[in-house]
Amino acid sequence: MIATVADWLGAACLVAGAMLGLAAAIGVLRFPDSLSRMHAATKPQVLGVLLLLLGIALRLRSMADLGMIVLVAVFQLATAPVAAQMIGRAAYRSGRLDRDLLDADELADRGSGGGSAGSG
Amino acid sequence: MTGPRDGGREAVGEQSASRRGRFGRWRDQAIALGWLALVWNLLWGQISWANLASGLLVGSAVLVFFPLPAVTFGGRLRPWALLVFASRFAAELVSASLHVARIAVQPGCRPRGAIIGVELRVRTDLNMALTAEAVTLVPGTLVLEMDRESATLYLHVLDTHGPAELVAARERTLALERRIVRAVGSAAELRRIDNPPVEKGTSP
Repeated sequence: MIATVADWLGAACLVAGAMLGLAAAIGVLRFPDSLSRMHAATKPQVLGVLLLLLGIALRLRSMADLGMIVLVAVFQLATAPVAAQMIGRAAYRSGRLDRDLLDADELADRGSGGGSAGSG
Repeated sequence: MTGPRDGGREAVGEQSASRRGRFGRWRDQAIALGWLALVWNLLWGQISWANLASGLLVGSAVLVFFPLPAVTFGGRLRPWALLVFASRFAAELVSASLHVARIAVQPGCRPRGAIIGVELRVRTDLNMALTAEAVTLVPGTLVLEMDRESATLYLHVLDTHGPAELVAARERTLALERRIVRAVGSAAELRRIDNPPVEKGTSP
Protein backbone atom coordinates (compact mmCIF):
# COMPACT_ATOMS: atom_id res chain seq x y z
CA MET A 1 0.00 0.00 0.00
CA ILE A 2 2.64 2.47 1.10
CA ALA A 3 4.86 1.26 -1.70
CA THR A 4 2.15 1.99 -4.25
CA VAL A 5 1.59 5.49 -2.87
CA ALA A 6 5.33 6.17 -2.93
CA ASP A 7 5.54 4.89 -6.49
CA TRP A 8 2.75 7.18 -7.65
CA LEU A 9 4.14 10.17 -5.76
CA GLY A 10 7.54 9.47 -7.28
CA ALA A 11 6.03 9.29 -10.75
CA ALA A 12 4.24 12.61 -10.21
CA CYS A 13 7.50 14.22 -9.03
CA LEU A 14 9.35 12.87 -12.08
CA VAL A 15 6.76 14.30 -14.46
CA ALA A 16 6.67 17.68 -12.66
CA GLY A 17 10.47 17.88 -12.64
CA ALA A 18 10.62 17.05 -16.33
CA MET A 19 8.04 19.75 -17.11
CA LEU A 20 10.06 22.34 -15.18
CA GLY A 21 13.21 21.26 -17.03
CA LEU A 22 11.33 21.74 -20.32
CA ALA A 23 10.13 25.19 -19.23
CA ALA A 24 13.70 26.12 -18.29
CA ALA A 25 14.93 25.00 -21.70
CA ILE A 26 12.22 27.03 -23.45
CA GLY A 27 13.16 30.03 -21.32
CA VAL A 28 16.83 29.73 -22.23
CA LEU A 29 15.84 29.68 -25.89
CA ARG A 30 13.23 32.44 -25.80
CA PHE A 31 14.47 35.06 -23.35
CA PRO A 32 15.90 38.13 -25.08
CA ASP A 33 19.29 38.51 -23.39
CA SER A 34 21.76 36.41 -21.46
CA LEU A 35 20.91 37.89 -18.05
CA SER A 36 17.27 36.82 -18.40
CA ARG A 37 18.44 33.44 -19.65
CA MET A 38 20.39 32.93 -16.44
CA HIS A 39 17.14 33.29 -14.52
CA ALA A 40 15.72 30.39 -16.50
CA ALA A 41 18.92 28.42 -15.98
CA THR A 42 18.77 28.74 -12.20
CA LYS A 43 15.29 28.69 -10.71
CA PRO A 44 13.11 26.28 -12.74
CA GLN A 45 16.11 24.16 -13.57
CA VAL A 46 17.19 23.72 -9.94
CA LEU A 47 13.67 22.93 -8.77
CA GLY A 48 13.25 20.56 -11.71
CA VAL A 49 16.39 18.65 -10.75
CA LEU A 50 15.29 18.56 -7.10
CA LEU A 51 11.88 17.16 -8.08
CA LEU A 52 13.52 14.55 -10.31
CA LEU A 53 15.76 13.54 -7.43
CA LEU A 54 12.79 13.35 -5.07
CA GLY A 55 10.94 11.19 -7.57
CA ILE A 56 13.92 8.87 -7.97
CA ALA A 57 14.32 8.65 -4.18
CA LEU A 58 10.65 7.77 -3.75
CA ARG A 59 10.92 4.99 -6.30
CA LEU A 60 14.30 3.53 -5.32
CA ARG A 61 13.88 3.72 -1.52
CA SER A 62 17.35 2.46 -0.57
CA MET A 63 19.79 4.08 1.81
CA ALA A 64 22.79 3.86 -0.52
CA ASP A 65 20.99 5.68 -3.33
CA LEU A 66 19.54 8.18 -0.90
CA GLY A 67 23.02 9.33 0.14
CA MET A 68 24.03 9.94 -3.45
CA ILE A 69 20.75 11.75 -4.18
CA VAL A 70 21.17 14.08 -1.19
CA LEU A 71 24.70 14.80 -2.34
CA VAL A 72 23.55 15.67 -5.86
CA ALA A 73 20.86 17.97 -4.44
CA VAL A 74 23.30 19.77 -2.15
CA PHE A 75 25.81 20.36 -4.90
CA GLN A 76 23.11 21.43 -7.32
CA LEU A 77 21.87 24.05 -4.83
CA ALA A 78 25.40 25.22 -4.13
CA THR A 79 26.80 25.38 -7.66
CA ALA A 80 23.93 26.56 -9.89
CA PRO A 81 23.88 30.12 -8.44
CA VAL A 82 27.66 30.37 -8.70
CA ALA A 83 27.65 29.29 -12.34
CA ALA A 84 24.85 31.73 -13.14
CA GLN A 85 26.71 34.55 -11.38
CA MET A 86 29.92 33.86 -13.31
CA ILE A 87 28.10 33.80 -16.66
CA GLY A 88 26.03 36.85 -15.78
CA ARG A 89 29.09 38.79 -14.70
CA ALA A 90 30.97 37.85 -17.86
CA ALA A 91 27.96 38.87 -19.97
CA TYR A 92 27.71 42.20 -18.18
CA ARG A 93 31.41 43.00 -18.37
CA SER A 94 31.65 42.17 -22.05
CA GLY A 95 28.57 44.29 -22.75
CA ARG A 96 26.44 41.45 -24.05
CA LEU A 97 23.19 42.81 -22.73
CA ASP A 98 20.30 44.70 -24.22
CA ARG A 99 20.18 48.08 -22.51
CA ASP A 100 16.76 48.81 -23.94
CA LEU A 101 15.39 46.07 -21.72
CA LEU A 102 16.83 47.56 -18.52
CA ASP A 103 14.77 49.90 -16.37
CA ALA A 104 17.70 50.82 -14.14
CA ASP A 105 21.40 50.00 -13.93
CA GLU A 106 22.93 50.87 -10.58
CA LEU A 107 26.07 48.93 -11.42
CA ALA A 108 26.85 51.45 -14.16
CA ASP A 109 25.87 54.30 -11.81
CA ARG A 110 28.49 53.14 -9.35
CA GLY A 111 30.82 55.63 -11.02
CA SER A 112 33.86 53.67 -12.15
CA GLY A 113 35.56 56.83 -13.44
CA GLY A 114 34.63 59.06 -10.53
CA GLY A 115 33.84 62.26 -12.39
CA SER A 116 31.03 61.00 -14.55
CA ALA A 117 27.60 61.19 -13.05
CA GLY A 118 25.46 58.26 -14.01
CA SER A 119 22.64 59.14 -16.30
CA GLY A 120 19.68 56.83 -16.59
CA MET B 1 31.89 36.69 32.22
CA THR B 2 35.45 37.85 31.57
CA GLY B 3 34.64 41.38 32.72
CA PRO B 4 36.85 41.76 35.79
CA ARG B 5 39.80 39.90 34.33
CA ASP B 6 40.39 41.74 31.08
CA GLY B 7 40.35 45.14 32.78
CA GLY B 8 44.09 45.67 32.92
CA ARG B 9 45.53 42.36 31.81
CA GLU B 10 45.42 42.73 28.05
CA ALA B 11 48.20 40.21 27.55
CA VAL B 12 46.16 37.47 29.15
CA GLY B 13 43.16 38.36 26.99
CA GLU B 14 45.25 38.32 23.80
CA GLN B 15 46.78 35.02 24.70
CA SER B 16 43.48 33.36 25.35
CA ALA B 17 42.03 34.92 22.20
CA SER B 18 44.86 33.53 20.09
CA ARG B 19 44.48 30.17 21.74
CA ARG B 20 40.78 30.25 21.00
CA GLY B 21 41.59 31.27 17.41
CA ARG B 22 43.93 28.34 16.99
CA PHE B 23 41.37 26.03 18.53
CA GLY B 24 38.71 27.46 16.22
CA ARG B 25 40.90 26.87 13.18
CA TRP B 26 41.53 23.28 14.24
CA ARG B 27 37.80 22.85 14.79
CA ASP B 28 37.04 24.26 11.31
CA GLN B 29 39.61 21.92 9.76
CA ALA B 30 38.15 18.96 11.62
CA ILE B 31 34.63 19.83 10.43
CA ALA B 32 35.89 20.15 6.85
CA LEU B 33 37.70 16.82 7.11
CA GLY B 34 34.59 15.11 8.50
CA TRP B 35 32.47 16.56 5.70
CA LEU B 36 34.92 15.42 3.02
CA ALA B 37 35.05 11.91 4.50
CA LEU B 38 31.25 11.80 4.58
CA VAL B 39 31.06 12.92 0.93
CA TRP B 40 33.58 10.23 -0.01
CA ASN B 41 31.47 7.59 1.71
CA LEU B 42 28.28 8.79 0.08
CA LEU B 43 29.95 8.79 -3.32
CA TRP B 44 30.95 5.17 -2.88
CA GLY B 45 27.38 4.39 -1.91
CA GLN B 46 28.10 2.67 1.38
CA ILE B 47 29.63 3.57 4.70
CA SER B 48 32.36 1.12 5.73
CA TRP B 49 35.61 1.23 7.68
CA ALA B 50 37.65 1.02 4.48
CA ASN B 51 35.71 3.90 2.95
CA LEU B 52 36.03 5.90 6.15
CA ALA B 53 39.83 5.41 6.24
CA SER B 54 40.34 6.23 2.57
CA GLY B 55 37.94 9.16 2.91
CA LEU B 56 39.96 10.61 5.79
CA LEU B 57 43.14 10.12 3.74
CA VAL B 58 41.73 11.80 0.62
CA GLY B 59 40.14 14.52 2.74
CA SER B 60 43.37 15.42 4.48
CA ALA B 61 45.19 15.42 1.14
CA VAL B 62 42.59 17.84 -0.23
CA LEU B 63 42.91 20.08 2.84
CA VAL B 64 46.72 20.08 2.65
CA PHE B 65 47.09 20.62 -1.09
CA PHE B 66 44.15 22.96 -1.67
CA PRO B 67 44.05 25.19 1.39
CA LEU B 68 41.26 27.75 1.50
CA PRO B 69 41.19 31.03 3.38
CA ALA B 70 39.68 30.61 6.80
CA VAL B 71 35.98 31.33 7.07
CA THR B 72 35.15 33.13 10.27
CA PHE B 73 32.03 31.62 11.68
CA GLY B 74 31.25 33.55 14.82
CA GLY B 75 27.60 32.70 15.09
CA ARG B 76 25.69 29.69 16.22
CA LEU B 77 22.95 27.57 14.71
CA ARG B 78 19.42 28.27 15.83
CA PRO B 79 17.23 25.30 14.85
CA TRP B 80 13.91 27.11 14.82
CA ALA B 81 15.17 30.05 12.75
CA LEU B 82 16.90 27.58 10.46
CA LEU B 83 13.60 25.81 9.94
CA VAL B 84 11.86 29.11 9.22
CA PHE B 85 14.55 30.00 6.69
CA ALA B 86 14.42 26.57 5.03
CA SER B 87 10.65 26.50 4.66
CA ARG B 88 10.48 30.08 3.36
CA PHE B 89 13.33 29.25 0.98
CA ALA B 90 11.51 26.17 -0.35
CA ALA B 91 8.27 28.11 -0.82
CA GLU B 92 10.07 30.94 -2.60
CA LEU B 93 12.01 28.52 -4.79
CA VAL B 94 8.73 26.96 -5.95
CA SER B 95 7.05 30.30 -6.62
CA ALA B 96 10.16 31.64 -8.39
CA SER B 97 10.35 28.56 -10.60
CA LEU B 98 6.68 28.76 -11.53
CA HIS B 99 7.03 32.48 -12.24
CA VAL B 100 10.03 32.07 -14.56
CA ALA B 101 8.46 29.02 -16.20
CA ARG B 102 5.27 30.99 -16.83
CA ILE B 103 6.97 33.94 -18.51
CA ALA B 104 9.13 31.48 -20.45
CA VAL B 105 6.18 29.81 -22.15
CA GLN B 106 3.89 32.85 -22.31
CA PRO B 107 3.59 33.86 -25.97
CA GLY B 108 4.77 37.33 -26.90
CA CYS B 109 6.25 38.08 -23.49
CA ARG B 110 9.43 40.15 -23.60
CA PRO B 111 10.40 40.58 -19.95
CA ARG B 112 12.13 43.78 -18.91
CA GLY B 113 14.79 43.81 -16.25
CA ALA B 114 16.80 46.11 -14.03
CA ILE B 115 20.08 46.04 -12.14
CA ILE B 116 20.00 47.25 -8.56
CA GLY B 117 22.58 47.43 -5.80
CA VAL B 118 21.63 46.23 -2.34
CA GLU B 119 23.90 47.02 0.57
CA LEU B 120 23.90 44.24 3.16
CA ARG B 121 24.00 45.09 6.82
CA VAL B 122 26.21 42.25 8.02
CA ARG B 123 29.53 42.43 6.24
CA THR B 124 31.11 39.06 6.85
CA ASP B 125 32.19 36.94 3.89
CA LEU B 126 30.05 34.06 5.06
CA ASN B 127 26.90 36.16 5.23
CA MET B 128 27.58 37.66 1.80
CA ALA B 129 28.13 34.24 0.25
CA LEU B 130 25.04 32.69 1.81
CA THR B 131 22.83 35.63 0.90
CA ALA B 132 24.16 35.70 -2.66
CA GLU B 133 23.50 31.98 -3.08
CA ALA B 134 20.01 32.16 -1.68
CA VAL B 135 19.04 35.36 -3.47
CA THR B 136 19.77 33.82 -6.86
CA LEU B 137 17.26 31.06 -6.23
CA VAL B 138 14.37 33.17 -4.96
CA PRO B 139 11.91 35.24 -6.98
CA GLY B 140 13.09 37.65 -9.57
CA THR B 141 16.70 38.22 -8.63
CA LEU B 142 20.12 37.05 -9.83
CA VAL B 143 23.47 38.13 -8.42
CA LEU B 144 25.68 39.75 -11.04
CA GLU B 145 28.49 41.35 -9.11
CA MET B 146 29.47 41.87 -5.53
CA ASP B 147 31.53 44.53 -3.88
CA ARG B 148 33.29 43.09 -0.88
CA GLU B 149 34.37 46.42 0.66
CA SER B 150 30.90 47.89 0.89
CA ALA B 151 29.14 44.49 1.11
CA THR B 152 26.95 45.40 -1.83
CA LEU B 153 25.27 42.83 -4.02
CA TYR B 154 24.35 43.92 -7.54
CA LEU B 155 21.27 42.04 -8.61
CA HIS B 156 19.51 41.60 -11.91
CA VAL B 157 15.77 41.71 -11.41
CA LEU B 158 13.65 39.98 -14.02
CA ASP B 159 10.17 40.95 -15.18
CA THR B 160 9.91 44.43 -13.71
CA HIS B 161 7.00 46.75 -14.37
CA GLY B 162 8.04 49.87 -12.52
CA PRO B 163 10.09 51.39 -9.72
CA ALA B 164 7.82 49.93 -7.03
CA GLU B 165 9.00 46.45 -7.91
CA LEU B 166 12.64 47.47 -7.55
CA VAL B 167 11.93 48.68 -4.02
CA ALA B 168 10.11 45.42 -3.33
CA ALA B 169 13.05 43.39 -4.63
CA ARG B 170 15.42 45.35 -2.38
CA GLU B 171 13.22 44.70 0.63
CA ARG B 172 12.92 41.01 -0.22
CA THR B 173 16.71 40.73 -0.35
CA LEU B 174 17.14 42.41 3.03
CA ALA B 175 14.42 40.21 4.53
CA LEU B 176 16.25 37.16 3.21
CA GLU B 177 19.46 38.40 4.79
CA ARG B 178 17.62 38.87 8.07
CA ARG B 179 16.33 35.30 7.99
CA ILE B 180 19.84 33.97 7.28
CA VAL B 181 21.37 35.97 10.13
CA ARG B 182 18.62 34.82 12.47
CA ALA B 183 19.45 31.24 11.53
CA VAL B 184 23.25 31.26 11.70
CA GLY B 185 24.43 34.70 12.81
CA SER B 186 26.07 35.76 16.05
CA ALA B 187 24.37 37.86 18.70
CA ALA B 188 26.12 41.06 17.58
CA GLU B 189 25.05 40.49 13.98
CA LEU B 190 21.51 39.86 15.15
CA ARG B 191 21.47 43.21 16.97
CA ARG B 192 22.74 44.89 13.81
CA ILE B 193 19.91 43.39 11.81
CA ASP B 194 17.16 44.18 14.25
CA ASN B 195 18.05 47.79 14.89
CA PRO B 196 20.24 49.20 12.13
CA PRO B 197 22.54 51.92 13.51
CA VAL B 198 22.06 54.73 10.99
CA GLU B 199 19.60 54.97 8.15
CA LYS B 200 21.66 56.11 5.22
CA GLY B 201 19.88 58.32 2.76
CA THR B 202 20.05 56.13 -0.32
CA SER B 203 17.45 57.66 -2.51
CA PRO B 204 15.94 55.22 -4.99
